[in-house]
Amino acid sequence: MLHTVNKSPFERNALESCLRLAKKGSAIILFEDGVYGAMAGTAKSDMVASRTGDYEFYVLGPDLAARGIAEDQIIGGVKVVDYGGFVDLAADKGTVQSWL
Amino acid sequence: MAFEFDTEGVKKTFTFLNRKAPYGTIYALEVLETVLITAAFEQHANIVFIDDGVYQIKKGQDTKAVNMKNFLPTYGIIEMEKDDADEDEDIDMVWRIIVEKESMEARGLTEDDFKVGVEVLSSAELAEVLDQSDVVIGG
Amino acid sequence: MKFALLVNEGPFTHQASDSAYLFAKAAIEKGHEVPRVFFYYDGVNNANKLSEPQADDRNLVKLWGALAKDHEVDLVVCVAAGMRRGIKDDILAEGFRISGLGQLIEAGLGTDRLVMFGD
Repeated sequence: MLHTVNKSPFERNALESCLRLAKKGSAIILFEDGVYGAMAGTAKSDMVASRTGDYEFYVLGPDLAARGIAEDQIIGGVKVVDYGGFVDLAADKGTVQSWL
Repeated sequence: MAFEFDTEGVKKTFTFLNRKAPYGTIYALEVLETVLITAAFEQHANIVFIDDGVYQIKKGQDTKAVNMKNFLPTYGIIEMEKDDADEDEDIDMVWRIIVEKESMEARGLTEDDFKVGVEVLSSAELAEVLDQSDVVIGG
Repeated sequence: MKFALLVNEGPFTHQASDSAYLFAKAAIEKGHEVPRVFFYYDGVNNANKLSEPQADDRNLVKLWGALAKDHEVDLVVCVAAGMRRGIKDDILAEGFRISGLGQLIEAGLGTDRLVMFGD
């Protein structure tokens, strides 16, 4: 399965709930305001950093760029993809579930 | 142009994920409308309540003084659809109404607080149900 | 592969409609099909032809229309959600049509993936 998260972990619990209910081995893509969850060095970084062994994490590059986040500010193990990469994940990983 | 889909004989499991509290936003109401339509297609459905969504089915809602439609009775219709599907052997349709235990307990609720009969599943059990879904709506 | 999209927000409050549009465009560029996009909740505002964004802003209503025309994307506005918000035939932009929620379930059944964009 592919889980999508589009909310900042500082504002909503979408990422927290996704990490509680996504089956291990699933792919998770952070996009829109969700990309803040992929940043290293924040008070919320551990949410993703501590689970890179359980899930494949992806973040949408155009949303990072729009928010002034450089790729070297991203948590290790999180892969940056473009919209085409997002489509590939949706095609390859099975059912898509959105956490809003 | 209306695209013609070939859906003859297609059977899928739809999961309707309710994560938002009622009334503060419209999300709860419009998901309900989608659930009811799904019955007409005789598809399998999981109606799942997690996070603040568990407040949607809390008993005793009275919306008269806030000028909004009380949609608690609609969950009764969903429960009837589920019971019909369970009882009628000619209908190949399994509906489940599920509440996540962790969300319920975190909000100080028990099964007795709900207007409809629910299955209470742990996060790990619910994760399996979600993973087996073909289409997820709501969230 | 066939993708159906569900768009639950309008073009001027949330990023959801833009994300959905860019996803649809990328999918088509990769050789996939997007036979239907279903607009629900405030997403019905994507179909308002009276919408006039400022000159330096994108016009998503027209972009959807062009995508529909060039790639046979069926843009369906939910009748109940639309009526509540005043989105009726006389203000419906080119490329969109109004129909029932059953079209969403049908799209879920008739495609390989349903991808939802909202708030």
